[in-house]
Amino acid sequence: MTAPSRIRNFSIIAHIDHGKSTLADRLLERTGAISERDMREQVLDDMDLERERGITIKANAVRIDYTAVSGDTYQLNLIDTPGHVDFSYEVSRSLEACEGAVLVVDASQGVEAQTLANAYMAIEEGLEIIPVVNKIDLPAADPDRAAEELAGVLGGTPDEVIRVSAKTGAGIDELLEAIIDRLPPPEGDEDAPLRALVFDSFYDTYRGVVSHVRIVDGSIATRDAIRFMATNLDVDADELGIRRPSTEVVERLGTGEVGYLITGVKQIDLIRVGDTVTHTRRETGEALPGYQEPKPMVFSGLFPTDGDDFERLREALDKLRLNDSSLVFQAETSRALGFGFRVGFLGLLHMEIVRERLEREYDLELVATAPSVAYRANLTTGEQVPVRSPQDLPDAAGLASIEEPYVKVMIITPSEFIGTVMELVQQRRGEMGEMTYLSPERAELHYRMPLAEIVFDFFDQLKTGTRGYASLDYEPDDYRVSDLVRVNILLNGLPVDAFSTIVHRDKAYTYGKAMVGRLRELIPRQLFDVPIQAAIGTRIISRETIKARRKDVTAKCYGGDITRKRKLLERQKEGKRRMKMVGQVEVPQEAFVAALKLET
Amino acid sequence: MSPEPESGIPDTQYSVLSTQYGDESPDSPVLAEAARSWRSAYVHIPFCARRCPYCDFAVVAADEAGGMDTRRYVDALVAEIDMEPDPSELHAVNLGGGTPTRLRPVDLARIIDSLDHRFGIADDAEISIEANPEDWTPAFARDLRRIGFDRVSFGIQSFDPAVLEALGRTHSPREAEQAIEAARSADFSNVNIDLIYGTPGETDESWRRSVDRAIELDPEHLSSYALTVEGGTALSRAVLAGAPAPDPDQQADRYEHVDEAARSAGLVRYEVSNWARPGHICRYNLSTWMMGEFSAFGTGTHDHRGGVRARNIRRLDAYLDRVEMGARPRSGSECLDEFDSERERFMVGLRLAAGVRPGSIGGPFVASDEGRRLVDAGVIGARGGRVVVLKPLLTDLVARSVLSVSPADC
Repeated sequence: MTAPSRIRNFSIIAHIDHGKSTLADRLLERTGAISERDMREQVLDDMDLERERGITIKANAVRIDYTAVSGDTYQLNLIDTPGHVDFSYEVSRSLEACEGAVLVVDASQGVEAQTLANAYMAIEEGLEIIPVVNKIDLPAADPDRAAEELAGVLGGTPDEVIRVSAKTGAGIDELLEAIIDRLPPPEGDEDAPLRALVFDSFYDTYRGVVSHVRIVDGSIATRDAIRFMATNLDVDADELGIRRPSTEVVERLGTGEVGYLITGVKQIDLIRVGDTVTHTRRETGEALPGYQEPKPMVFSGLFPTDGDDFERLREALDKLRLNDSSLVFQAETSRALGFGFRVGFLGLLHMEIVRERLEREYDLELVATAPSVAYRANLTTGEQVPVRSPQDLPDAAGLASIEEPYVKVMIITPSEFIGTVMELVQQRRGEMGEMTYLSPERAELHYRMPLAEIVFDFFDQLKTGTRGYASLDYEPDDYRVSDLVRVNILLNGLPVDAFSTIVHRDKAYTYGKAMVGRLRELIPRQLFDVPIQAAIGTRIISRETIKARRKDVTAKCYGGDITRKRKLLERQKEGKRRMKMVGQVEVPQEAFVAALKLET
Repeated sequence: MSPEPESGIPDTQYSVLSTQYGDESPDSPVLAEAARSWRSAYVHIPFCARRCPYCDFAVVAADEAGGMDTRRYVDALVAEIDMEPDPSELHAVNLGGGTPTRLRPVDLARIIDSLDHRFGIADDAEISIEANPEDWTPAFARDLRRIGFDRVSFGIQSFDPAVLEALGRTHSPREAEQAIEAARSADFSNVNIDLIYGTPGETDESWRRSVDRAIELDPEHLSSYALTVEGGTALSRAVLAGAPAPDPDQQADRYEHVDEAARSAGLVRYEVSNWARPGHICRYNLSTWMMGEFSAFGTGTHDHRGGVRARNIRRLDAYLDRVEMGARPRSGSECLDEFDSERERFMVGLRLAAGVRPGSIGGPFVASDEGRRLVDAGVIGARGGRVVVLKPLLTDLVARSVLSVSPADC
């Protein structure tokens, strides 16, 4: 055990691509936690997807021993955090285990919206912040401007900003010293009853639930009888350990230390992130403040292409949930797609990652329906019902109003694109809030916008409109009544739930026309004319017809080439894309996928 | 719809003598079932003056490398015919190509004689030849009639000079008419006109005129084919390079027009692309569609004997070498099991207006999801205990659905 005065717990906060993982790698290497030989990129990112996409999804903690210039040895606990907006709840959890944060900004890019959002979160948590400008080695780097911006945002001076290159190693020593000098040591009471914060947990097939804990008061030793206070679960601490980043078993974790705890518990819902661990024999009187459960923001139906895979999909979702408590799902039946699940996600990236993991790790072929946000329907009876899919929307007769979630949006953009951003946000029903200049060249814009407007390709359009320079962050605001309608898509007279959507009345026509046109291209000609219609209630707002297939025959058939003819038919049969029967109409899988990519 | 498992027509009831069916309508199931037991022979003559841009047959054009040693080829054909191990009397003989009329009458006579010598040709057998109008003089017609040919199929394709040119055909509309007159005066009993529709550049009006002129010539038999882009042809290269491809809806319109015109002229459609007057179906074709047995000679041909399909070498020089070495010029064969041959019978039979005997596959097929959809959409139906494709232009779509039926379903 290390005396709390010799412990520093910190996170690195950075925008995607601003070099967080590389900086972490460099710190590990400089302190000898990992040899140059074992160095592979993004040491802390375990999941294949994390390394492939270059992002961090799950939090992670690693202990570093560092001998300072003063000659004293310190225990540094680096708690890694996700960078993407979808996972900001994971960030807040990680931050609670820290006293300080290293805020990294790319010297050529400057402050980004997410960096700022996370920095504000850290400041609210009372964390000490060390501003860092990274990538000073880049030719396009403008460290002075970036330092200027950082100082402006954090209310300090540019001199306090440390300039590093995680790539070349420049400034790393200075950063390590600043972590010792500027960040406060943990403040726990070593003699008080045990209070340990569970700030993350994951499921391991062999070990059961593995929890990351931060010891706030007291200490914990192997074989201690402990209690998880929220669930009143009494168990033994089977194993304690730390990562360096290789796993190392320890006998004891003391006040201020960070490590993992294994209890043999197999059910992840018994060990809640945010819970407090204490001793059963010497219980603390006061649990630590917990976390708010993350609420899913976006919903989508996931259906197996092959109806027989429904049970496999359920098992896969159950397994994913073990490591992702934010994932919620319930069984759903679609007339068009059969049996599947309505799944709630934190955002679009989260949705994409879950889909990809299901398809890749569980070998499932899936059809996903258009994403929808969580609406609320106010009934004429005064009752309020949640609407997580367009099908949940009650009939117009009993419907008083529909509410949709709004979010507070922060966009940071180069000044030259302010006009573009304003226009884009206006098209998306955004309301302008305040605007501040970070520097003469860059502005921070605040809006309130319906979440639904962000869910569909807003980010892509923002990036396109600002040549990639703008960044975006948002957080939930309130619900507001909006003039929303459900646009149904009818195929051969039958509404196809997978294509229907809830949109603002002003956009219903554009959506309907675009969807109908797209489907006409994607659905092959059938045995009969197939009308495709977009409708609001009984009112048809757009219509196209797929004309019946008239000719599908080889003109000539000789006795001689019957073998060839049969083989040709067999090939055509094989090559026929996998179709889903929707009523009497054969719809290729691509139609469902492409419908999601519809630009409105 | 639930078709009876069998048509109730026993196979043995029919004599092989086709004259018995002279009065049967071309689309008669009785006639079709009788054709199963007819024996026929096909002889391929690969030579052409030039290669047509849409043709993917085993053909040697006069201007292509190797040239045409027709004499040597006919020698090889005669030798191959003599190698036939198990000959039995023929009810139909068909000479196709290529352009059989590139051969001199004396060579054609040698071929027919050798078939008669080896197999025996029934007295009332159909002996048919494919002809290009430009080769067909009155004298040539009389010679062929004397050799025994009684049916001729003219590759006329169109009566529009622009379309003929686009198809790479060298005859004129006038030559086509003269050829038919010559066949009539030489007393051919069955004259067929081949037409092609949907050629790029052809208009509805041009097609109507071609059909009108064909019907005015009063042929006993009419074949009308959609221009098909086959891989590896000059036409497919042109289409790949951006030339207009035949439009399927336009081809459907043209098909419907010719079908209507043929019907009102008393011609009866008995296969997807074939119409005939009563007593004038092409026996050779009908028997092959009914999975009858036939022998085939020449380059690139296929035969069907005793449940085995064998094919011949396609390259002319390799074919000649093999035969001259005294060996059968086979390049491969396929033996179908009971299920496969039953399925093939069913799929090919769908092309016939007479429909197809359900056998073991029709019931499960019609009861399958795909089958039921086809029934509901009016694409297939039951008639006289047979499964009939009611929309012949969708025959392949039906055939692909048949492929979904597995042996376990039967």
